[in-house]
Amino acid sequence: MAEVDYRWPENHKMRWIGKRVDRLDGLEKSGGTAKYTYDVNLPNQLIVRGLGCPHAHCNVLAVDISEAEKVPGVVYIHRLNAPGPNDDPVEIRADGTLLVAVAAENEAAAAEGVSKVKVQYKLLDAFTADHDLQSAEANGRTKPAGGGIELDEALGEPGDDEDEEEWENKVMQHLFDTSAHVVEGEYGIDSITHCCLEPHGATVHWVDGKLKVYLSTQNVSQADDGFAGALEITADDVDVTCDYIGGGFGSKFQPNYWGIAAAEISKVTGRPVKFMLTRDQELKIAGNRPSGYIKVKLGADANGVVRVWDSLHWGTSGFNGSTVAVGNIPYVFRPKSFRRKATGIVTDNEPSVAWRAPNHPQACAITQTAYDDLAAKMGVDSLDIFLRNLENIDTPEKAPVYAEQLRIAADLINWRKHWHPHGKGKKSGAVVEGLGIGIHKWAGTANSSNCLLKIHADGGVESYCGTQDLGTGTRTVCAMVLAETFGLTLDEVKVNIGSSTYPFSGASGGSTTVGAVTESHRRAAQDALAKVLDLVAKKLDVSADILDAVGGKIVARDYSGKEMTWKQACSLIGIQPLEVNSSYARGTASPLSSENVAGCQMAHVAVDTETGQVKIKRMVAVQDMGLIINRKTAESQIYGAMIMSIAAALFEQRINDPKTGVFVNSELADYRLPRLGDIGNLVVHLHEPESERARGVIGLGEPPAISGCTAISNAVCNALGVRVPTIPLTPKRVLDALRTAKG
Amino acid sequence: MKNFEYAQPRTEQEAVALLADQSKHSVVLAGGTDLISLMKRSVITPDRVVNIAEISGLQRIQRDEHGSIWVGAAVSLQSFLESSYTTELAAAQQIIQGIASLQLQAQGTVVGELLRRPMCWYFRSGHGLLAQQGRMVVEGDNRYHAILGNRRSAKFVNPSRLAPALIAAGAFVRIIKPGNDERFLELESLYQTPDQDGQTENVLTQGELVTHVMIPAQRDRLSAAYEIRHGEGPDQPLVSAAVGIQAERGIVREATVVLGQVAPIPWMAVEAARNLVGQPLNEQTATTAGIEAVAGALPLSGNEYKIQLTQVAVKRAVLRAAGLECGGLECQPPLEQDHHSGPLMV
Ligand SMILES: Cc1cc2nc3c(=O)[nH]c(=O)nc-3n(C[C@H](O)[C@H](O)[C@H](O)COP(=O)(O)OP(=O)(O)OC[C@H]3O[C@@H](n4cnc5c(N)ncnc54)[C@H](O)[C@@H]3O)c2cc1C
Repeated sequence: MAEVDYRWPENHKMRWIGKRVDRLDGLEKSGGTAKYTYDVNLPNQLIVRGLGCPHAHCNVLAVDISEAEKVPGVVYIHRLNAPGPNDDPVEIRADGTLLVAVAAENEAAAAEGVSKVKVQYKLLDAFTADHDLQSAEANGRTKPAGGGIELDEALGEPGDDEDEEEWENKVMQHLFDTSAHVVEGEYGIDSITHCCLEPHGATVHWVDGKLKVYLSTQNVSQADDGFAGALEITADDVDVTCDYIGGGFGSKFQPNYWGIAAAEISKVTGRPVKFMLTRDQELKIAGNRPSGYIKVKLGADANGVVRVWDSLHWGTSGFNGSTVAVGNIPYVFRPKSFRRKATGIVTDNEPSVAWRAPNHPQACAITQTAYDDLAAKMGVDSLDIFLRNLENIDTPEKAPVYAEQLRIAADLINWRKHWHPHGKGKKSGAVVEGLGIGIHKWAGTANSSNCLLKIHADGGVESYCGTQDLGTGTRTVCAMVLAETFGLTLDEVKVNIGSSTYPFSGASGGSTTVGAVTESHRRAAQDALAKVLDLVAKKLDVSADILDAVGGKIVARDYSGKEMTWKQACSLIGIQPLEVNSSYARGTASPLSSENVAGCQMAHVAVDTETGQVKIKRMVAVQDMGLIINRKTAESQIYGAMIMSIAAALFEQRINDPKTGVFVNSELADYRLPRLGDIGNLVVHLHEPESERARGVIGLGEPPAISGCTAISNAVCNALGVRVPTIPLTPKRVLDALRTAKG
Repeated sequence: MKNFEYAQPRTEQEAVALLADQSKHSVVLAGGTDLISLMKRSVITPDRVVNIAEISGLQRIQRDEHGSIWVGAAVSLQSFLESSYTTELAAAQQIIQGIASLQLQAQGTVVGELLRRPMCWYFRSGHGLLAQQGRMVVEGDNRYHAILGNRRSAKFVNPSRLAPALIAAGAFVRIIKPGNDERFLELESLYQTPDQDGQTENVLTQGELVTHVMIPAQRDRLSAAYEIRHGEGPDQPLVSAAVGIQAERGIVREATVVLGQVAPIPWMAVEAARNLVGQPLNEQTATTAGIEAVAGALPLSGNEYKIQLTQVAVKRAVLRAAGLECGGLECQPPLEQDHHSGPLMV
């Protein structure tokens, strides 16, 4: 058999790829029969509730569980972050940290048990003012977070006897002095939480010394290692299942300490255990994204091309004290000379975890706003400033792609018709309108993935792969690739995912899944098809090279009329199913997948200048993603990301009490999110010129979630002629900014 | 949630007997949309929950011989909205239409809405209504707290969205307790500002049940409400105002202006209302009413913006009552349907 040449079919031959296909599990999900981890209930299970620490920073001196143990229905109490009877105090650095877990016959008993646990706290000073650099410094809460300087080579080098830093300062000063336009600004974006609709958690039980876990996870294939490591067993003794997951966004890669606790409680009690976080615990401890606040000075030439950038930014990632990664500053744009520094702030909050496109949305929002303020200062069109500055970006080869995307987006949002210089639009009642832009990038490299494919003699096709469907449509994409390769329909192939007993596939994070699973499924399918074609070739007495699998048949391309149905072909396999195991290793160059995409978003907003309310009228996203597998789910992905951007731009915010540090809005009644009426008209354009399409599959999870906030902030600034510096742009902040501007 | 005893009385008297029982901490369950979440968070931990849904007579909306409308305590917001009665109660109608959740409209009751507990996050996380005599609010995050009536310990805001509209319509409540004892209160007198721990935001005592809200005939009285919301969701408005106005040939003869979400009680803007009398209704008198409504406001560290919002809400409510344009986002024409709008289907 010849080497299999892995590639996608030619465009005109594609029957499934690139089409609009409904999610295979869409009905189960919308009808409520899909079983999420939260829906898994095992016979005789115990329900666990955690007791969250009500203080942001304290020492837990002692925990008395005697009254809780007496509550009828309470079966077992497990210490998490709590001292045992003779232990030293345990320091708690975040509101909501789970201290003990109470396992009971039902939820009410567990909750009552939790309320009866007596804890002695010693309060410590809490600090959560992450926006306030001065106060953080005064409180010893800062940590250097990197930075550096790069100067245009044309500026030469310091002389041998010159102090390097002094020279740099001089050069920077000179660059600003000779700039035609200088903008100084402050911008910020607050911490938000992942706020997964399905909270984190697991249902576990031990069967013959093996741990069976139903986990709400983005990482089916590796979560077993997490359990095994913590429980001192081996990964082969852990099976993890996740058929459906209600949101992860980067926060569900680990079993987490409550997942491990479930396993430990189950071991001690000999009963299945279900441990899901409550809503406020979900918001407090299960994931948040770092804040970023920046002071920027930039200098531009007469055309508005930025030549020099100088910034200091700070923010918090919780008690480990980091902020938005400095390497992304300024975002996408890369002037020839720039200096950037970052300071992390240690706050009494849970450490952040990856949030859809880690660092990018924040970096975009605190830097491309400064570029827009340059347009405002010059009184020129923001679109022109974005276009002109494409001459200095960190991925120069993408400049034409961005230019084309900006042109398309401008057309879709009717830019030329609606544009007015900042603050110069006409007022209708108290309302002004504005337009804004953001651009973004993402790698989207395919992760490693393995696929076991079985073809049965009766024509049945099934695949096994330890990936997971985050709701993005992974199942559907796998089926489309198999159906495409074998010339079958979607219901003739069966895709099995969501179990750690299946061949390894990488975690779904960083937009790596669609590349991963299409690599492994296409490879497996091509490998298997080659074997089937060999059998058919022999039987039909033709060369395998001229056989195609199409329309449920294997057909010879030589006009001989020789063909056979898929079923007949498979009957040649014999009694044992044909099995192939195919792999893709991350980083392997492949015609099937690629990396690095560009995208842009534009927003058209209306702002009530008397109330500070912002309304999205329209948002446009133009996004490159290489070869599109399922057009429908690709679009859904972008719609969802735009809605998340609106949420972060206008509503979402972790609010820490300034005095006690507690997270006061951790219930959904207080953690504001947009509703349908806040979304406006969303327009998605999948940017798929042959040049991008030919590169193969690239992930789409993160990119559309990046620049929307920036576009909205810039649009609000365009409407008002005043920058509302910090995102989310709440009515209070809009009014405050207008008042400050009035003086 | 703590275990509790559940009672489902059939008559008003059975209900108040269950509620009056001194040995038990009993609460009224209407639609439960507020109560249940407070019980889940252990902010309220009753021994007994008395469901009033099945009490005969409380499911009805009726008009009496004086033209007053009686809304029973088991009437849902939706039934009230869909009844013909709200057409003459523009302000109340606007508020209920603004409840952005069909589930809440269907499940929540009118009377329950009037009696729902404050949303103050210190209260809802178990620090009590006064949260250390108001200190937690003053030193804490008070962006949604009171700007009026906040000089003593209470800094929370009354959460009811309907109360200002119904007060502006001159509503009463009928309250009963054991022994066929009934009393009528003007709706605004149902509320109080607590000053000591243990007091609540209404004057009901143990064993009392609100059976009806009674809204007198409005005839040609004008009314409107204006809520300033952060988004279209079911979240609390930032501020609101409701007005009821009797005008003759364009001149105000009598007016009531009630503010919501700004004080521990629905706030009667007495001065602003009085000064409207004798004036025509226009942008200028509406603006003046707004300014006067907040004359006594005292902002906390983080809620000064609510002063401006309140001015705007009053102005816009007055304009809306007069049938004039109020200039907010809702008056904007929808975006023209560009050739591209809507998802691009390929
Ligand atoms: C998430 C959320 C969003 C909301 N959004 C909106 C909105 O957009 N607009 C809006 O207007 N409202 C909104 N609401 C409020 C909603 O309208 C009220 O919760 C509802 O009307 C309360 O009615 P209920 O019958 O469910 O009250 P319950 O929860 O049953 O009772 C509320 C309180 O009143 C007491 N009570 C009830 N009836 C009586 C009685 N007859 N006598 C004495 N005491 C009584 C109960 O003991 C309890 O303390 C929202 C509520 C929630 C939870």
